[in-house]
Amino acid sequence: MVTSQSYRDPEMAKRVADKINALTPKNGVIKICHVCGTHEWTISHFGIRSLLPSNIEVIAGPGCPVCILPASEVDAAIQMAKKGIVITCFGDVLRVPGSHGALLDAKAEGADIRIVYSTSDAVKMAQEEPQKEFVFFAVGFETTAPSTAIEVGRKAAKNLSFLVSHRVVPPAMELLAKMDDLQLKGFIAPGHVSTIIGVEPYAVFPQKYGLPTVVAGFEPLDLLFSVYMIVKQLSEGKPRLENEYSRGVSWQGNVKAQRLINEAFEVVDGKWRGLGVIPNSTLALKDAYSSFDALKKHSVPLVDGVDSQPGCQCHLVVVGKIKPPACPLFLKACTPQNPVGACMVSMEGTCRVWAKTVNAQ
Amino acid sequence: MCLAIPARVMSITGDKAQVDFGEKVLREVNVTLVDAKVGDYVLVHAGYAIQTMSEKDALETLSLWNEVLDAGTQ
Repeated sequence: MVTSQSYRDPEMAKRVADKINALTPKNGVIKICHVCGTHEWTISHFGIRSLLPSNIEVIAGPGCPVCILPASEVDAAIQMAKKGIVITCFGDVLRVPGSHGALLDAKAEGADIRIVYSTSDAVKMAQEEPQKEFVFFAVGFETTAPSTAIEVGRKAAKNLSFLVSHRVVPPAMELLAKMDDLQLKGFIAPGHVSTIIGVEPYAVFPQKYGLPTVVAGFEPLDLLFSVYMIVKQLSEGKPRLENEYSRGVSWQGNVKAQRLINEAFEVVDGKWRGLGVIPNSTLALKDAYSSFDALKKHSVPLVDGVDSQPGCQCHLVVVGKIKPPACPLFLKACTPQNPVGACMVSMEGTCRVWAKTVNAQ
Repeated sequence: MCLAIPARVMSITGDKAQVDFGEKVLREVNVTLVDAKVGDYVLVHAGYAIQTMSEKDALETLSLWNEVLDAGTQ
């Protein structure tokens, strides 16, 4: 019987760490970027960085959909809530700062804002209360987009529309690959995004940018082996694309999920908080489903908002240019209980993960 | 946000399945995205199964790791 403990064996971890050490040159910094909040959680929670040579730096890229959610979309959701529309959203969206407060503030002022665990919960609520208008605030990467696509495609409830905020990861990775000052040496690609999109979309990174790229799972040994695979590729001078997470990711991904995404959405340019507009990085509902587009249905425009509060360094944290303790607000004005920046909100935000673990010491 | 947890399919009715996350933690999930049978393991993300997983794949990962560790440093 395989259990999660099989992937957490300390003896095995030590042996991989020894292998990584043996392959790592003593000079020069090897900066490896992951792009997933859950990866950051595993790395921090299990102290993976402490097992690596001091010149291997694992940095957290823009891998948390809540952290890159622009204020304009939060503001739009609040505006809808104030019109008397019921807003449904995942729990960590509730506290993302908009320009003048978060959804939680609107809830405190009496707006009907409800946390759901899944898109189907929002559908169920809308069906149970047909006299009310509902909006599902659809936040998330490719992992989450198929569930929105299913419910949009089913047109399950006339009184439920969608504020679509889905974003796709590879274009943001490309933005990082192009940043000369980051000097990346490799990518750990997000495992569950890859469950949906497969491995192929990352081919550009080894081919065009010479960056070893490894799709990784979420157990501590998954991450350690991924670092080993990247270091091995570097030592051979042969950057390539590898799949460490073959138990959850196939080369072609989940084809049915991809088809549903393509039926419901088109890929457009979109804004990421802290990163600006990234070409072809955002999903928007196709015209055939425009009656389910909350912005159109409720005549709420998207207006550029305040993405960064004074002093907040989230825009540098999400691209791994600084570590959270370098932000003047970290654990002072900005805490998990009272987040100023979006990176301190979600369980997967880099600042929040660091606030809760030994990294922050 | 992209957290996904393996669970075992106990029964299927249309596009919904009862799954066991272990120790009899039963939940209903949507299985539209996967071709899962009773007894299969699925990866569940926010109420939707996004992939099937097999014990064989899980064991394969472990045996590959052991192979790497038992090989001399290249």
